Amino acid sequence: MKWEQVMGLEVHLQLATQTKIFSGAANRFGAEPNRQACAVDLGMPGMLPVVNELAVKYAVMFGLSIDAAIGKRSVFDRKNYFYPDSPKGYQISQFFEPIVGEGSFTIPMPDGSTFPIRITRAHLEEDAGKSVHDAFAGQTGIDLNRAGTPLLEIVTEPDFRTAEQAVAYLKALHSLVTTLGISDGNMAEGSMRCDINLSLRAEGSDELGTRTEIKNVNSFRFVERAIGVEAERQRDILEDGGRIVQETRLYDADNNETRSMRSKEVANDYRYFPEPDLLPIIIDETYIETLRATLPELPGPKRQRFVQHYALSDYDAALLASERTLAAYFEAVTASCGEAKLAANWILGDLSAALNREDIGINQCPVTPEALAGLILRIADNTLSSKLAKQVFEGLWRGQGSAEDIIEAQGLEQVSDSGVLEAMIDEVIANNPAQVVQYKAADEGKRKKLSGFFVGQIMKASKGQANPQLLSTLLIKKLDR
Amino acid sequence: MSITPADIAQVASLARLKIPEDALQDVTDRFGRILELVDELQQVDTTGVDPMSNPHDMQQRLRADEITETNARERLQSVAPAVDQGYFLVPRVID
Repeated sequence: MKWEQVMGLEVHLQLATQTKIFSGAANRFGAEPNRQACAVDLGMPGMLPVVNELAVKYAVMFGLSIDAAIGKRSVFDRKNYFYPDSPKGYQISQFFEPIVGEGSFTIPMPDGSTFPIRITRAHLEEDAGKSVHDAFAGQTGIDLNRAGTPLLEIVTEPDFRTAEQAVAYLKALHSLVTTLGISDGNMAEGSMRCDINLSLRAEGSDELGTRTEIKNVNSFRFVERAIGVEAERQRDILEDGGRIVQETRLYDADNNETRSMRSKEVANDYRYFPEPDLLPIIIDETYIETLRATLPELPGPKRQRFVQHYALSDYDAALLASERTLAAYFEAVTASCGEAKLAANWILGDLSAALNREDIGINQCPVTPEALAGLILRIADNTLSSKLAKQVFEGLWRGQGSAEDIIEAQGLEQVSDSGVLEAMIDEVIANNPAQVVQYKAADEGKRKKLSGFFVGQIMKASKGQANPQLLSTLLIKKLDR
Repeated sequence: MSITPADIAQVASLARLKIPEDALQDVTDRFGRILELVDELQQVDTTGVDPMSNPHDMQQRLRADEITETNARERLQSVAPAVDQGYFLVPRVID
């Protein structure tokens, strides 16, 4: 039987506020254990939560960016469960009346196409602390620094059919929230964690099968792999005539498998009820419209503008628009040299490769947009071949001055003087009579390949500086004579 | 609505309450009487009435995003039964 995978995703997004959602303790990653956990975060008796206005603002900004209905009145609820990293015995979340209602989102795929998915809801809640299981003999260590970190949980409809779509969604979501500036999106530090609800059904069926939930997958690559192994596990069970048990599973990256998390299953009854310590949050139209007016240009519209205004391919436009600082860099280079296509090629090619190699972001790039524009101008006016341009780029990267400085200092100017080139060609032809005879004896189809030998010799003689187009034209003319 | 000793055992385990075996029937009976009272309340016609999430007719005041609480680990951990290297220690929990 052919199976179809059906997936919905839940993303827990840590919001980039200075403080916790319900307390004035700092919200920073990497502090020493429990130094950013105050009496409210610890759930001490008598402590009362007070909602952080920036967390509310960020949630509304997200809602507006996906055209969602904003909850004019939203209410916090208690989700009851016992686990030592959640010291109150409940998590404050939003169950019945979330701050962000139904919305939609268009996702660019790697092949340049797009596909729409529906957002069910997004709600505010507090993160839990962290448990350390292996450092203390027979005991578990608890660090509550993360407890109370503001989370926006973003839930989709079961609209995904492939792992590729799920990853594309996460990348687009990452791009959206970092452009909005509401999260740093750092997956390695847990700022964006993904739960995958996955079920299989016979192809052509429109009923949903029993699903499992894979918890806390924290990289794009793991999402793809977790979906692959879990779908395979379910397929094996179904094809053997078995039934899928609805449960929570954990993706184990070391063994590339999913495992049942039994301990969290026993008490899967959260008995939600309205949080009596908090009043409803009321948001008015003026607040919403003021925020709407200050939203930055979002990746979707930016992508379209790059295609229309700069004539970039869908693929290049999507890559450049996905990161706010990268998009700004591209626009600065293009403004300075007027060569959008070349700018896109260089930024997505050599520049990105160099950034990856050094493991730094575009905001730490040692080459300024103006410096790269200087290089691109010299390519556009044929001063530099693409090979020499790479050499100049390395110079720019190492801080050896402007493109002009490097071309002059290293004598890299392309030889486009036909007199000089012709002299070189004549010399190589004179020195290689056997190859000339071979060339002349060959038929039209083979000649192009044989001419490569001469091009190589002349490039070598010119230290790579011969203008390749001009060389090729002059060479063929002389050989065919 | 009738409630069974098994329901009570389940609710107790969710709430981390220990109810001795010989008290289970008594708790079930008393719990059942409370639920009868709830059943009576359920008779009220609430058509057109929004669920009340809070008895106060007020809205939540929001707090500015400013750090007001600095490190208080030493003070807060002074009342903890066990700490080590800054961590609170609890009986081992395994996933």
